[in-house]
Parts: sequence; C-alpha cells; structure tokens
Amino acid sequence: MSGIIGRKIGMTSIFDADGKSVACTVIEATPNVVTQVRTDETDGYSAVQLGFGDKKEKHTPRAQQGHFKKAGCTPKKKLVEFREFDGPSTLGATIDVSIFSVGDVVEVVGTSKGKGFQGVVKRHGFSGVGGQTHGQHNRGRHPGSIGACSYPARVFKGTRMAGRTGNDRVKIQGLKVMQVMPENNLIVVSGSIPGAKNSFVILEK
Amino acid sequence: MSNLIKLVEQANVAERRGTLPAFKAGDTVNVHVRITEGSKERIQQFQGVVLQRKNPNTNGETFTVRKISNGVGVERIFPVLSPSIDKIEVVRRGVVRRARLFYLRGLSGKAARIKERKK
Repeated sequence: MSGIIGRKIGMTSIFDADGKSVACTVIEATPNVVTQVRTDETDGYSAVQLGFGDKKEKHTPRAQQGHFKKAGCTPKKKLVEFREFDGPSTLGATIDVSIFSVGDVVEVVGTSKGKGFQGVVKRHGFSGVGGQTHGQHNRGRHPGSIGACSYPARVFKGTRMAGRTGNDRVKIQGLKVMQVMPENNLIVVSGSIPGAKNSFVILEK
Repeated sequence: MSNLIKLVEQANVAERRGTLPAFKAGDTVNVHVRITEGSKERIQQFQGVVLQRKNPNTNGETFTVRKISNGVGVERIFPVLSPSIDKIEVVRRGVVRRARLFYLRGLSGKAARIKERKK
C-alpha cells in the first residue's frame, strides 16, 4: 500500500475523456515527510509514519520537537502511520502527489462532518411513518417499535436509535484520480469525500 | 472560492474558453455537436436563438438554444466548455433588452423575430 496525507480544498467539476461532466474533489498534499519507520525487528510490524503540514516550533511540545529533529524536518501538524508501506522508508525522505497518476483508483479516509444529536430518520435512514393522515398525530419521524413485549422483555443491544451523528472516520473506496498537478501539490479525485473543507484526509492506493 | 480550485478549473478549460466566440442572449448560433454512435463519430448541427447563458465564468456554464422544428418549439441546453461541442458559429447578432428571453416561448411567427444588431 502507498499513500499520502492531504487537506480537502473543495469541489468542482471537470470534463472527462468522453465529454461527461464529472463532480470532483480537490485535495492539496504538500510533500509528506517520513518521520518514523517501524520494522518487524523493533516493533513487531512494519509501517511508516508520515507527517503533513508545517506548524510553528513554539506550538510544539518538547517531546515532539525531539521526534521531528530525529527525522530532520520542521514540526508537522498531522502524523499518520501507514502499514506495509511501499515507498520511501528512510527517515526524513519526502513523498508527494506524483506517486498517483491519472486513472488510478484510490481510497480516501476522512472525518465526516458532525451533525450533533439526530433522530433515526437522518441517522439510520429510517423512512418515518410515511404520511400525515389516517389518524397520524405528531410522530412522523419516530422510530416506531424497538422490540417485542414480555419475551424478550428487554431491548436488544445494537438496536438503532437516535444519537450523536457524524464526526466519524469514514473511508470512501473506488474514487478515480482525474488529475495530478505536482507543481501545485494538488490532486483531483472523482466524487465527494468525507469531511469539511480544510480537514485532513488520507489518500491510499 | 478557493484559489486552488480556480487553478484546477483553469488548467482544464482555459485554452478551450479562448477558442469560443463571444455570444449572448438574442444571438442566433449554429452549434456543432459531436455525436458518437458505437465507434463512429459524426457532427450534428443545431441552429437557433440563444435564450440565456447560465452560471457564467464557471466550469458548469451552459447556454439554452431555441429553434422551431416542424412547427414545434425545441430547446437544447449545452455546456459551454464541453469537449463534445465541436464549434459554435454566431450566425446573427440580435438586439434584445434583457438577459433571459423566455418571452419568446409565448410568441410565434413574425412576433418572435429579433432585430439584428448593426455594427
């Protein structure tokens, strides 16, 4: 697996080879730095930790400053570990968007927008009651029954109910790379990706 | 809009936008559309009056062309920057006093004429 950390910029549309207009998301990924290398001998598994986005040294705890100093780079905002990484795996090496080429199929991981406390219609896609007539009072978006009566005499674990929605780690698979602009550190993928603008995303190939 | 998005949009359409003629509502245009049937490609023409241009200066800019075909009004909406448009010819420039000519839909024959713009 190969990958990079980036920042969601926003959406636009571009025309593909067939002349169809395709909705796309623009992601900025300035060159990532290898900040740590994990190997089977020392850690029991092999992985590479990448760092993305500069931050000021005065905003970096001492312990982290030492970590970045070891890799010989400036302090980074976001660190992510990639398991079984094929790519540069020496401390301080950089990796940029040119690892992707047009037509690649990628997976994008992000944190979805938080929606707060939501009912079952928005949260789980329940269809609601489906009408306002036939004696319907004020329960159009209620969940309905959550179980039987004296047997089992309890509500099963995992029953879908209202609650905090969004703000989850979400992976979208099968997105196509439409365009790569290494001189501007930009990559354009088809479709939408989770999260708000300026949020961190992980691109995996 | 973010500058970086503009960068991506310009990379895709800047040269195409440069090749397009200037036209606006009221002009009569002849649109050459590429049509692919199986492996064959041919050009179809659609000539009529431009009713409106929507979302100008964006990737999704479109224009609406209206013509009378066998006594029936036909309107087609084209994306301005679509690669399936071979070329756009401006046949006639018209004098109109608004940007959206929906009033033409209610008119027919002589009443639906548009005065030509004289240089």
